[in-house]
Amino acid sequence: MRILIVEDDPVLSEGLSVGLGLSGFTVDPVATLGDARAALAGSEFAGVVLDVMLPDGSGLELLSEIRRSGSDLPVLLLTARDQVRDRIEGLDAGADDHLGKPFDLHELAARLRAILRRAEGRATAVLRWNGLELDPARMRGQVNGVPLAFSRREFAVLHALMERPGQILSKPALEERLYGWQEEIESNAVEVHVHHLRAKLGRGFIETVRGLGYRVAAEG
Amino acid sequence: MSLRLRLFLILALATGAIWFSAVMWIEHSTRAQVTKVLDARLAEAANMVSSLLEDRRIAMAGEGAPVAIPLDPHHDYAHQLSCQIWSLQGTLVGQSEGAPDTQLTGSAGTGYSESTVGGETWRVYTVENRALGVRVMVGDSLGVRNRLVAGVIEGLLLPMALILPLLAAAIWVSLGQGLAPMHRLAEALRLRSPSDLAPLPAGPVPAEMRPMRGALDGLFSRLAAARETERDFTAFAAHELKTPLAGLRTQAQIARIAPDAATRARALHNIERSVDRTDRLVRQLLELSAVEREGAAADRLDLGELCAEICTDLAPLAEARGVTLRSEVPQGVELALPASAFLLHAALRNLVENAVQASPEGGSVRVSQDAAVLTVQDAGPGIPEALRARACERFVRGAQGGDGSGLGLAIARAAMERLGGRLELPASAGQGQRAELHLPGPG
Repeated sequence: MRILIVEDDPVLSEGLSVGLGLSGFTVDPVATLGDARAALAGSEFAGVVLDVMLPDGSGLELLSEIRRSGSDLPVLLLTARDQVRDRIEGLDAGADDHLGKPFDLHELAARLRAILRRAEGRATAVLRWNGLELDPARMRGQVNGVPLAFSRREFAVLHALMERPGQILSKPALEERLYGWQEEIESNAVEVHVHHLRAKLGRGFIETVRGLGYRVAAEG
Repeated sequence: MSLRLRLFLILALATGAIWFSAVMWIEHSTRAQVTKVLDARLAEAANMVSSLLEDRRIAMAGEGAPVAIPLDPHHDYAHQLSCQIWSLQGTLVGQSEGAPDTQLTGSAGTGYSESTVGGETWRVYTVENRALGVRVMVGDSLGVRNRLVAGVIEGLLLPMALILPLLAAAIWVSLGQGLAPMHRLAEALRLRSPSDLAPLPAGPVPAEMRPMRGALDGLFSRLAAARETERDFTAFAAHELKTPLAGLRTQAQIARIAPDAATRARALHNIERSVDRTDRLVRQLLELSAVEREGAAADRLDLGELCAEICTDLAPLAEARGVTLRSEVPQGVELALPASAFLLHAALRNLVENAVQASPEGGSVRVSQDAAVLTVQDAGPGIPEALRARACERFVRGAQGGDGSGLGLAIARAAMERLGGRLELPASAGQGQRAELHLPGPG
């Protein structure tokens, strides 16, 4: 899942990128409101981690803009002023969740997963399809009680396909979810990951829709 | 001492003093009046006796017991007057009842005199009747006169002794009434919560209290402004300290869960970098508060030495960033400052540190002096036009200079203001930002 991080502190921003990357997210960091607007206009993100105090203004401004544009993009606010008043202000401005600095990386990842899940209209954390149970928190799955491990990118592809079973995702759409801006897209990467997934899950689990992309096969 | 008691004592003492002066005055004028009237009576009586002798209405004794002079002894002040008639040879010829036997006055002349006879002081008027060869002396006791005056004074003092306590009570109560607006103000102030810095409630105010009220309202508004600044500062400082803490915690967690050595090494490097930055931030926060507190005692310093010292201090930082740092300010000239030299040190150090941070690798930072202007020239991209107006505010930092705390320019500006000089950041013409410290004039 591709996340936009808006944080001006370089050390924290890098920590978020690496830490959320380790939790299976694809991360794009920006440091200013201006860059964040440009990023949101140019790419599709599953969610935003937004710092409140930024060099060119308040993160709440950006949040209000996002909500005014009619988008219900999940937004998690990071703030140093962790007072009830500030939390209320943030939530009222349209934030989906709120985390005070400093925070635990795992908690941040869990909260991000929760707001992304809610945005998709699901309440349970584990995704189930065709006998596969996929646990996004652990980046693991199991089929009939047999655990399965996935690499970060394999997991990202599988997760994207299982979020909306039956829906076709194009190769560029999958690549977008796999790679941040700083990462170089390897050609055929999606094919390679799908190949590995089929080896783990069985050939029929992921279907290729010629000329359009991939989807998980119908249940049954 | 309470204001009420103080006013009361002042008023009571003043009233007492005025009363006392009035009594003294009345006593003096009564005594003068009594003397004048009674003296006239003495003279009249003496002349009367003398003329009665002439008319033979009073027979004079020849030899032997003197005749009695029938002066009426039956009135309020009995024996007020005593009369003696002496022959010029010195024998007592006649006297009134109760008059002393010794001569009333020793003086040989006529007219008024005073003398002590039988332990009593007498006021005497003497008339000489040469035709009859006698001297008539009429006198009265000064004690009687004193009793007269004392009676008048007593008549004054008695009501006064009754009135004074009443007056004191009236003053005390009136003072309480008069000072009531002050008590109301004090009560309003006492009941205020510490956070209430609004102006005092409107309403009629005595003219004397208006300056105090105005001063209080002014103080409240200044306090409110100061508190607002303080609150902003605390909120900003909390954010600025919590952000690096969040970075530290995140990087520490990454170091713990890193799947490979490179990620771990990078996280550890970031932790060190973050600790350095937090340390610098805390130092600058303390420096900012020190600059705002710094005293105004005049100081002297050698500008060249100061610049050289700062350049030496920051040499490791410049070296680490690959920036050339040099001072061109000549040494050996003492400069008088109207305030502590620490302020100039803080301003210049922060400007130079900023300049080094802003300059790219291979760039150079130069500190130079032109008369009363110290210039720090860097090789960085310059302050963006959009940020220029806010550049000196606390915690405002350039978008690209991510390692700065956003306090350097704020400290420099605050220090220069305390010093009576100013900081100027002229628009950069593309290559490098210039920061100018305009030193205050001598004195």
